[in-house]
Amino acid sequence: MKLEEEKHVQYILSVEKRSNDLESLVMDHLKLSGAYWGLTTLHLLGRLSSVDQDRIIDWVLKCQHESGGFAGNVGHDPHILHTLSAVQVLALFDRMDVLDVDKLCSCILLYVGSSSDVAGLQNEDGSFSGDMWGEIDTRFSYCSICCLALLHRLDEINIEKAVSYIVSCKNLDGGFGCTPGAESHAGQIFCCVGALAITGCLSYIDKDLLGWWLCERQVKSGGLNGRPEKLPDVCYSWWVLSSLIMIDRVDWIDKNKLSQFILECQDTENGGISDRPDDAVDVYHTYFGIAGLSHLEYPGLKAIDPAYALPVEVVDRIFIGK
Amino acid sequence: MHGQPRKPARIEDAAVSTAKAEALRNLQTQFIHNHRNQIYTDEAIEVSAKLLEVNPEIYTAWNYRKLAVQNRLGSVAVPEAIKAVLDEELRVAEVALKQNPKAYGAWHHRKWVLKKGHSSIDRELRLLGLLLKLDGRNFHGWNHMRFIYGLKNVSEEEELKFSTDKIYSNFSNYSAWHNRSVILFKLLKEKAVQKEVLSEEYEFIHNAIFTDPDDQSGWFYHRWLLNQTITPENVLLIGSWPINGSELVLSTDRNNIGCTPVFLTSHHLKYVLHTGSLPIILYFSQPLKGLNSSTVTVESILGTNGHLDWRPVSMNNSGESHSWMTYVEIPDLGSHDAKQTFTVNFGNSEGIISTNCSSCIYPFQFQFTVDWSYTGSEWTERNVGAEVVDWKDENFNSDTLPHDLSDVLISLDQLRISKDNEATFSKWHLDTLSNEIDLFRDLSSDGSCKIANLTLARLLIAKDMVSHGFPVTGKRIHSQEVLDLFDGLMKMDPPHSQYYKDEHSLVLMDQITSDKEKLRKLCTHYRMPSSSSHAQYVCLQLNRLSLSRIGFFERLLWVQMLDLSHNEVRSIEGLEAMQLLCCLNLSNNKIRSFSALGPLRLIKSLRVLDISNNEIGAHSTDSTRYTWPSPLSHNTEEYMKDVEQTAHWEAILLFKGLILTQLDVKGNAIADESLQALLPRVLPTLKWLDRVEL
Repeated sequence: MKLEEEKHVQYILSVEKRSNDLESLVMDHLKLSGAYWGLTTLHLLGRLSSVDQDRIIDWVLKCQHESGGFAGNVGHDPHILHTLSAVQVLALFDRMDVLDVDKLCSCILLYVGSSSDVAGLQNEDGSFSGDMWGEIDTRFSYCSICCLALLHRLDEINIEKAVSYIVSCKNLDGGFGCTPGAESHAGQIFCCVGALAITGCLSYIDKDLLGWWLCERQVKSGGLNGRPEKLPDVCYSWWVLSSLIMIDRVDWIDKNKLSQFILECQDTENGGISDRPDDAVDVYHTYFGIAGLSHLEYPGLKAIDPAYALPVEVVDRIFIGK
Repeated sequence: MHGQPRKPARIEDAAVSTAKAEALRNLQTQFIHNHRNQIYTDEAIEVSAKLLEVNPEIYTAWNYRKLAVQNRLGSVAVPEAIKAVLDEELRVAEVALKQNPKAYGAWHHRKWVLKKGHSSIDRELRLLGLLLKLDGRNFHGWNHMRFIYGLKNVSEEEELKFSTDKIYSNFSNYSAWHNRSVILFKLLKEKAVQKEVLSEEYEFIHNAIFTDPDDQSGWFYHRWLLNQTITPENVLLIGSWPINGSELVLSTDRNNIGCTPVFLTSHHLKYVLHTGSLPIILYFSQPLKGLNSSTVTVESILGTNGHLDWRPVSMNNSGESHSWMTYVEIPDLGSHDAKQTFTVNFGNSEGIISTNCSSCIYPFQFQFTVDWSYTGSEWTERNVGAEVVDWKDENFNSDTLPHDLSDVLISLDQLRISKDNEATFSKWHLDTLSNEIDLFRDLSSDGSCKIANLTLARLLIAKDMVSHGFPVTGKRIHSQEVLDLFDGLMKMDPPHSQYYKDEHSLVLMDQITSDKEKLRKLCTHYRMPSSSSHAQYVCLQLNRLSLSRIGFFERLLWVQMLDLSHNEVRSIEGLEAMQLLCCLNLSNNKIRSFSALGPLRLIKSLRVLDISNNEIGAHSTDSTRYTWPSPLSHNTEEYMKDVEQTAHWEAILLFKGLILTQLDVKGNAIADESLQALLPRVLPTLKWLDRVEL
């Protein structure tokens, strides 16, 4: 099978235009993250210019709350998940100049959504909350760290504590959970490994132990699951594969079989990629499928960075470019 | 759309879908209006409940409900009224979780309510029991249970019993095994019960693995138990340079700029050093941080070196490292005896941190002597940069190698740090491993069970290690069997063959580096083609061994010239510990990027490097992008700022700061004209690039 590039581009563009059917309404509260998935996919396919950049940036800025944080859509509350998506979308367009960086950072350093300057998202133990309501999760550690790094403001949090909290979430299998004691999960592992990569602290990971657990996520069909004895799902082509790449153990899986699995999950008629063959497609899995294929060096796709989840050329421009 | 079948749009479906969309849109519009205007009437709150019933993932609606609760609690004071408000929230969250048991917002909302302390915890536990019965792998449910247990102060024994019951009702419940490991990890901290607990757990896990060996649920737990069994309680010193009991001969050819002292050992292994001070390298069994001059002291006739600067040999921002080094200033000669004894002594563990192990370092002490009397100058840095090093076979000769290199090659015997060290492992360890080996040998006897073979291999490696104690020396009784097992696994489980191949390589490395005879056979003398003086360098030749991975650097700290060519090496992780390395041949391997060579940045003694015929630049995915410090990984060192935005920024990052005289890069996709032009600029000391004199 081969990658139906043009069909996927058309699929993403059609999703971007749609707003009134059930599927897009269900996703309405996280549209900003949806925009990040779709636009990154287009970038990897070399087709970012197919969208109206100014219109999208106007809308992104409308999602910004007065606290500086971004909501998943206009009218919703700000959250670190969507704040990162906003920064990533602007990075894709090389338009971070439209951001008031001080204001945005203050939402992480202060509470997202709170106008009082009581405390930031980072808690005393180094963990991060997602917003002012205090849900704690290593996903939010990753989002905060990734977001601040992209804005060159990582030094404004307590990195040592942030790292030690993530390390405290490490499990018997070398993986990581959302809080200390929580079970390892590939998505969570990506967040923790990504945060440790960005902070230059990968040495806290037992790469051989975690690498074995991660490579055993590959099931007979070639797909990857997110935890032992679970079904494979295209989204783990991103979570597992990125983690394996960051710890330099990606050769421990069969890359050809994984490529095949992802390609089999394409809707070859209407475009888009689903979690498993013959399931309904969505933007989320389309992005993770194509990002996974990029990691697997599928011909014609641009390279994607495993830690920042942005195209390598975008990341290099931010960190190497002057 | 997880798990939703892809199906062609049918007209009647479209009609239903349109009606649903219409209803949802109305609810959303009303909700956003209420939220924006802070309307908390019964009707408004009911809208949010309906909305969450349809879509429990709308996080803003949960936020709205919390604001509404705060608003209501502000006007009620009667406990019953407070409880009624909060119970309604639990009900809404319950409805949402029935709709989607993985909705983060609903779980967090429940927690937020329960923390207020007005709700029945027993009812919560009952509900949770039901939920985990329906789906024993719902990690939200397990997290919630740990939270509830914390609120209720449930004992570890009771928590353990819950996991035991869950496992007995279904061995294939990874979540329950995980939860068990969390509780046991706490229990195992009590040393008195360790062995008893581990023995019981081995029995328990056998039930799972032997019931269905292909089910992964028990695999990782067994490996964890094995790690718990064989990891020494304390951090041990497992390698050093100089080695215990060695005698270094120091030349004082101070005229030769840049390479003042020359060290020779009693058996003609010569060390050229470049700083005018003597390096001391320590290698520990676990990475640790916080080593300083009060932890490890160096004493000589000159007194105690009180202000030694111990530095981690590591590229990470964490400050943790297996390997630590310091430089001892060389005293002015003439005023002292020709021979001096240095004693390296462990002081105390204060400030030492190790994430993988308890923080205490096992006490150690070792000595070496330095003889200042040597005045010869035939071996100086001049030789290294004077002519091209040619790795051709005929330049290497084992006949001229002094026969008795043993005390130099293998330092491990002398590293028996304390006579109590053997006590690290007891008869219990050996018996436990033997018992496991017997069981897994049975299970693997039909030859088709992957986990049985893999576990058996790991057990045999562990047995070899435990039999010898630390540091591990002596013949590996089981290595051939282990190598055969990995060979078999590569055929049995092709998708993971590279994993077994890497393990195979490590076993081979272990075998070679722990056996004096084997190591001696791999050592040769390098002789410069035009040089009249023979026997210049001792080279360790690990070429053409089909190694895909290298390791056991703690036993190779003495090596100055290393040939790793014609292997399948993709990474040189850990090689940075070889701080005396001068010449390295990595040609004809599978190195894919400059970042994969990152460890070389720490080897300041390196002069000659051959990385020709690798795959640098041939791949768009770089799996070592984050294994070295770069601007991408929050490295704030000054010199990073100079890195130019070029296609070759990684080459600049790698070579800047190295003092190479000879470099071979040809035969890599990246080695184009622009790189060839760049390298002499980045490496001003370079004399030969791809054998062409600059």
